[in-house]
Amino acid sequence: MTNDNTPLLEIRGVRATAGGKEILKGLDLKVGPGEVHAIMGPNGAGKSTLARALTGHQDAEVTGGEVLFRGKPLLDLEPEERAREGLFLAFQYPVESPGVNNSTLLREGLNAIREHRGEDELDAIDFLQIAKAKADLLEMDHAMLGRAVNHGFSGGEKKRNEVLQMLVLEPVVAVLDETDSGLDIDALKVVAKGVNALRGAGRSFVVITHYQRLLDYIVPDFVHVLADGRIVKSGPKELALELEEKGYGWIEEELSEASAS
Amino acid sequence: MSSPADTEPRKLDLIDKAALNPELDDLTRKDYEWGFVTDIEQESLPPGLDEGTVRFISAKKNEPEWLLEWRLKAFRHWQTMTEPTWALVDYPPIDYQAISYYAAPKSDADKPQSLDEVDPELLETYEKLGIPLAERAALAGVAVDAVFDSVSVATTFKDKLGELGIIFCSFSEAVQEHPELVRKYLGSVVPQKDNYFSALNCAVFSDGSFVYIPKGVRCPMELSTYFRINAANTGQFERTLIVADEGSHVSYLEGCTAPMRDENQLHAAVVELVALDDAQIKYSTVQNWYPGDKNGVGGIYNFVTKRGACRGARSKISWTQVETGSAITWKYPSCILQGDDSVGEFYSVALTNNHQQADTGTKMIHIGKNTTSTIISKGISAGKAQNTYRGEVTMLAGAENARNYSQCDSLLMGDECGAHTFPYIEVKNPTAHLEHEASTSKIGEDQIFYLNQRGLGTEDAVNLIVNGFCKDVFRELPMEFAVEAQKLLSVSLEGAVG
Repeated sequence: MTNDNTPLLEIRGVRATAGGKEILKGLDLKVGPGEVHAIMGPNGAGKSTLARALTGHQDAEVTGGEVLFRGKPLLDLEPEERAREGLFLAFQYPVESPGVNNSTLLREGLNAIREHRGEDELDAIDFLQIAKAKADLLEMDHAMLGRAVNHGFSGGEKKRNEVLQMLVLEPVVAVLDETDSGLDIDALKVVAKGVNALRGAGRSFVVITHYQRLLDYIVPDFVHVLADGRIVKSGPKELALELEEKGYGWIEEELSEASAS
Repeated sequence: MSSPADTEPRKLDLIDKAALNPELDDLTRKDYEWGFVTDIEQESLPPGLDEGTVRFISAKKNEPEWLLEWRLKAFRHWQTMTEPTWALVDYPPIDYQAISYYAAPKSDADKPQSLDEVDPELLETYEKLGIPLAERAALAGVAVDAVFDSVSVATTFKDKLGELGIIFCSFSEAVQEHPELVRKYLGSVVPQKDNYFSALNCAVFSDGSFVYIPKGVRCPMELSTYFRINAANTGQFERTLIVADEGSHVSYLEGCTAPMRDENQLHAAVVELVALDDAQIKYSTVQNWYPGDKNGVGGIYNFVTKRGACRGARSKISWTQVETGSAITWKYPSCILQGDDSVGEFYSVALTNNHQQADTGTKMIHIGKNTTSTIISKGISAGKAQNTYRGEVTMLAGAENARNYSQCDSLLMGDECGAHTFPYIEVKNPTAHLEHEASTSKIGEDQIFYLNQRGLGTEDAVNLIVNGFCKDVFRELPMEFAVEAQKLLSVSLEGAVG
């Protein structure tokens, strides 16, 4: 059962296919409470498939291994049940929903999560106060709350909206899938501010990114290299700098040497 | 208006249904239908249609000679017409000789004796729609005569309207009590020869509603037919006539959200609205006739002609419809904008699921100067359904500065359904302004997954998307109707995704 040291997220030997092809080939990752893990890796390594497999997207079919979320099996749950347990994904490509009001979605989502936790529903007024405060933190215009979800948003606005949703829903584990892509440096700082505001003992982050620059602002506790469907190297935050400098080639060489010996 | 004491039970029939008006909902009603059934039990006609049928119906209703002649004229013309095939709907040929045109309600023995004998699926739907337990038995046609137990509601209602000179009664009653009004306006908007189905209705219409709002009167309540109860005999060929005299206002609600089962597969109703100078009519419909089962077996064929004449200057007619039922819907509520500065509006949500087919839209005919019309159509298609918007905006030579705004949006769910849009525009005056916007979108799995990831279940996610899509129409509905309509959409779409 859970105690203070139980990992919030534990991925054990997960294999997953996408489009009939095996992408994740036995992936292990343990994320303790309060930790920030960065996952880096070359294109096609399986970063997005990992995000999909965790959140239950139908395009990622898990064929082996298991995932424990706060000590409980995650993979049998429906996507919305995983969300209510406290798993959040900031999408790489946030989906537009014309006609669906941003704040309505957030309120319904938050209330579904609260209900799952046995908490009372928030009424529209209380909710709006919370949402506005979070929007302020991200330097977002309150008018964004009244717009249709991601509809007509710029790329930067969409990413910021993802972080706003995260702040409102206060997940236990947040997976950020290339949240930095398409953001200029100012927007990046604002997004990082939002993430850092949520950091705390009971909450963990898995930050999927191509680039080191995001990690200047969201400083990770661990950096992992995902290549060919596995975590092939893990290290402290300095590993990210090394990757930035040297690329991924040297890791692949190390691996082939290791398998040859 | 006759006093309640000397009103025959049968005549109160429609008022009884109207008593479901929410403000009076806590009161109970008496089921008047009972005595009525006993009276006419022997009076069903065998299947078949000829002049004798028309004469029989007219005689049964004790109609004046002019109305019989009117029916016969329609019938003779109908015989020369052929069923239209231009709509994008597909159904086997209708055998008009196989239909009984005058059928008594089911006898006690034929009805289910309790809710235990009613299709559980139907009961489940009532439950989901939040229909009070007491009403469910009546809706399901259970042979209970003590479900509603008071005359007071109908009486209160009728008295209140009577004080204002408002006439709201069954069509048959209007023929007897107000023949001059009926004769003046009947067929003045939809002529007998208008189309195949309306001509048939003119010949054999069974009953319906009549409303007259006197000069300068604002009707203080929504008039609702709620023909859902006790209406076994009026659903098939219904006839409604609403006349709003100068400066009057009325809001009329037709139908209800409860699923309506009917053994008559063919429905051909006619609704005529007349608005004189400065008058306003708002006509809201929720149509939820039986759509057939998941495989497309059964279901109502709903061929309806609805038209309003903005006959007076500055008059306004507004149609709002939420169409979720019927196997086939063929319906184009229209406005003839004859008076200068008159306004026509059409707001529509048409939802088709499984094997349903809907071909619906409107006609806005601009005749007078400075006439304006607005068309907002939202079509939702799921399963294997086909959903068509068909609209016509005509601006005649005299329609100086006429304006129209049309918006037609389609939402698709799944890969096997279809959405079609046929907008026709005919302009004969160079000062006309028209705008037309259209969009087609699809509820994608990614969209639903995104909402799932925020904690919403799939049904809630679909409802949120669909209600967002329809909100421009829902906000035109009276409040209680809007809430019911939202629930109805979610029930109608159950199982459409995932």
